[in-house]
Amino acid sequence: MLTGWRDIWRWAVLLPALLLALPVVVIFASVFNPQTEIWLHLRQTVLADYVLNSLLLAGGTGLGALLLGTGSAWLVSQYQFVGRRVLQWLLLLPLAMPAYIIAYTYTGMLDFAGPLQTSLRELTGWRYGDYWFPEIRSLGGAILMLSLVLYPYVYMLARTAFYEQSASLFEASRTLGLTPRQHFWRVALPLARPAILTGTALAMMEAFADYGTVQYFGVTTFTTGIFRTWFGMGNQAAAAQLAAMLTGFVLVLLLLERWSRRKIRYYHQGQRSQAANLRRVSLLRQFGILLLCCLPVLFGFIVPALQLCSWALSNYQVTLNQQFASLVWNSFTLAAMAAVLAVLLALLFAYGKRLRRDALVQAPVRLAALGYAVPGTVIAIGVMLPLAYLDGRIDALAEQWFGVRTGLIFSGTLFALLLAYSVRFLAVSLHSVETGLERIKPSMDNAARSLGFTPLQVLKKVHVPLLRSSVLTALLLVFVDVLKELPATLILRPFNFNTLAVRTYELASDERLADAALPALAIVLVSLLPVILLARSVKAANEGAH
Amino acid sequence: MLDLQQVAVAYGGHTVVKDVSLSLAQGQIGCLVGPSGCGKTTLLRAIAGFEPVASGSIRLQRQLVSSDSVQLAPERRQVGMVFQDFALFPHLNVADNISFGLAQQSKADKTATVKRLLQLVGLPDLGQRYIHQLSGGQQQRVALARALAPQPKVLLLDEPFSSLDTELREGLAREIRQILLQLRITAVMVTHDQNEAFAMADMIGVMEFGRLQQWATPYELYHKPVNRFVADFIGRGVLIPGTVLDGQQVQTNLGTFTQRYASVVQAGDQVDVLIRPDDIVHDDASGITAQVVEKAFRGSHILYQLKLHSGELVQCLALSHHNHAIGEQIGIRLDLDHLVLFPRS
Repeated sequence: MLTGWRDIWRWAVLLPALLLALPVVVIFASVFNPQTEIWLHLRQTVLADYVLNSLLLAGGTGLGALLLGTGSAWLVSQYQFVGRRVLQWLLLLPLAMPAYIIAYTYTGMLDFAGPLQTSLRELTGWRYGDYWFPEIRSLGGAILMLSLVLYPYVYMLARTAFYEQSASLFEASRTLGLTPRQHFWRVALPLARPAILTGTALAMMEAFADYGTVQYFGVTTFTTGIFRTWFGMGNQAAAAQLAAMLTGFVLVLLLLERWSRRKIRYYHQGQRSQAANLRRVSLLRQFGILLLCCLPVLFGFIVPALQLCSWALSNYQVTLNQQFASLVWNSFTLAAMAAVLAVLLALLFAYGKRLRRDALVQAPVRLAALGYAVPGTVIAIGVMLPLAYLDGRIDALAEQWFGVRTGLIFSGTLFALLLAYSVRFLAVSLHSVETGLERIKPSMDNAARSLGFTPLQVLKKVHVPLLRSSVLTALLLVFVDVLKELPATLILRPFNFNTLAVRTYELASDERLADAALPALAIVLVSLLPVILLARSVKAANEGAH
Repeated sequence: MLDLQQVAVAYGGHTVVKDVSLSLAQGQIGCLVGPSGCGKTTLLRAIAGFEPVASGSIRLQRQLVSSDSVQLAPERRQVGMVFQDFALFPHLNVADNISFGLAQQSKADKTATVKRLLQLVGLPDLGQRYIHQLSGGQQQRVALARALAPQPKVLLLDEPFSSLDTELREGLAREIRQILLQLRITAVMVTHDQNEAFAMADMIGVMEFGRLQQWATPYELYHKPVNRFVADFIGRGVLIPGTVLDGQQVQTNLGTFTQRYASVVQAGDQVDVLIRPDDIVHDDASGITAQVVEKAFRGSHILYQLKLHSGELVQCLALSHHNHAIGEQIGIRLDLDHLVLFPRS
């Protein structure tokens, strides 16, 4: 076997990993190019707003997701009630609803001309100015919207954590003199705390990264500030520095998430015994619990989805046209290309890590997989800066040597988008592929080799069949994530290249809410696929537990 | 102290424990044994208060805690319980686990109690460790200390050794018995391993199909089983046919024996006689011989499976150096202290 720097695996992993890590490195490196004047301006005007609003948005969303997610997880994991089985996976549905879509849907429903206020006026005879109605286009509204679609992160992890607490823990508490309520506060909740914190940290990262909702609601945060500094003021270095600051906030969350995950492992050692029996309560209380659990599903998915359907039905004759078909084609081919690329990279990295268990391979992969925590806006800027520089150099050289202009061959094409997607979603595909690969124990390789198979045959006969389902899952997850992605696509898309997400956002920004419904609905429908997949695995885990 | 009268427990119309009566005096250790599904764990959980009783009564220190109309909540019974999976709280360290049930005590009292119990279970220096840093045997001791800390009226142990290595079990069982005797605490343990029961118990109850078949001392259980099930379940042994001659004498293929205890059988009855492996002594000088069918080397002893001339199989525990090959005829002698008879069905 080759060692050290002559080992081909090292290079095969290291080079793409460094390429994927480049955007984040560029962002942080931007700090060394001080932009004194513009920072003075920012500090005097909007910086405090960016920081405060971003923190409030992330904090509020975290709290909202924590309450909704933990509450619903506790109810479905502890109580026997009518409809529990269905609700268990219905509660995941809001995952399929991108935040910017739910935001503009509720705006359409709740604003002055919307159905709710209109019927309120008809009922009461009030006119404009006679009554107070909560303004959805506000920081509070943004927190509510994000909480409604992000609580499933907390719900999923908390639910598993509550389920895995064995029945004997509850009984141990009881024999030691605790009532069921005391057990919840002193044992069940602290035990689930790492899982709940992990889910909350993920929801908060998404809130930090959100661009569509806050831009639409007119809330100034880091992400909108980065857009404004880049496109409005034309100062790329300052935009990159804002992005670095935002990434700093996110990294703190990432550390919290990592730390919590490590605790989950400890907290679950030796707790594999029988799952707790569901508690039986009176029919009236069952009904109350059912109602409570229905609320997040209703407002996080069903109501906005119905509104989208009704808009789409009202004008599909106009919107369902050639242009829509090309939107779908653009989105689907782009998402498919990104998915294939992300999975190929994931396979390369996963095998590299499996075959070379040393820091020279492990560390760059870990660095490259950090991208999932970094907001799409930040990645887009981090991709744009070096590619634009490269394009400029190539263009200049080509003109000098051959007398031709090459134009923006990297930054102005799909290459930039695909690189950004790979950075952002590598962690998603890598996680699936690594989970699949972990199931193929090294002893299986040894067994196959000892039975007379060559390494290539082992790959074909053992690895491919065992990996197939994880690879398909990875493809699907990245496909859907790319389809939903908004800010990076907005910044990096080639001129005149539109996708469903971008078009939805543009139409909604132009207050053409009904016209935006059809592309939005397309996104939501495709996003349902991974949720169904998730629901099925939840169901399988359940049947295993009971 | 602990008193059960005609206890029945039912799950959704299906009765899993029927008509169980037993009692333990202060400081006595009882064990419930039986095949899986016999209802022993359910009975233990009924004592703890996790299962309501359908009929009958459970009293703890004369206080009625369970009946068809009374169901005291588990947290108000003052029972300590050691669980099969220990159920230690992984988010707390050892000391906090042990003091978990001591809500009423002051901080200083808690510290003192924890220190005393850690000393008692032989882990004086591990108070600050977390559960995942402990071995299985150490977790077991912490679980015991936690259950003992609130000074429960009765300690319940649900298969406490089943997740430990076999080598650990018997030593730990003896050790825990010493601790319980020292504290004069009443305890009930459920196990499927009769050796554990023998190592721990003052009284053993054998259960089958939800019924308590026999409640007796280990000695009595082994030597005077009340029915075929108990005879078969406790210890090894075979039943060989015999005929009662005159109410005292029983004739079998291995000879005629005299029974010492009063019995319900009458002359002429067909009976089965329980023969334990230790009742058959290997004796080269004996006139009775049997053929070696199987042998299991046990170190100090060899357990032979022997075929009598009449065709019955019996077991014989011989000293290790009496090594015979399979197929060989060896001399045996019956050394019965007393007869255990069951009327032939």
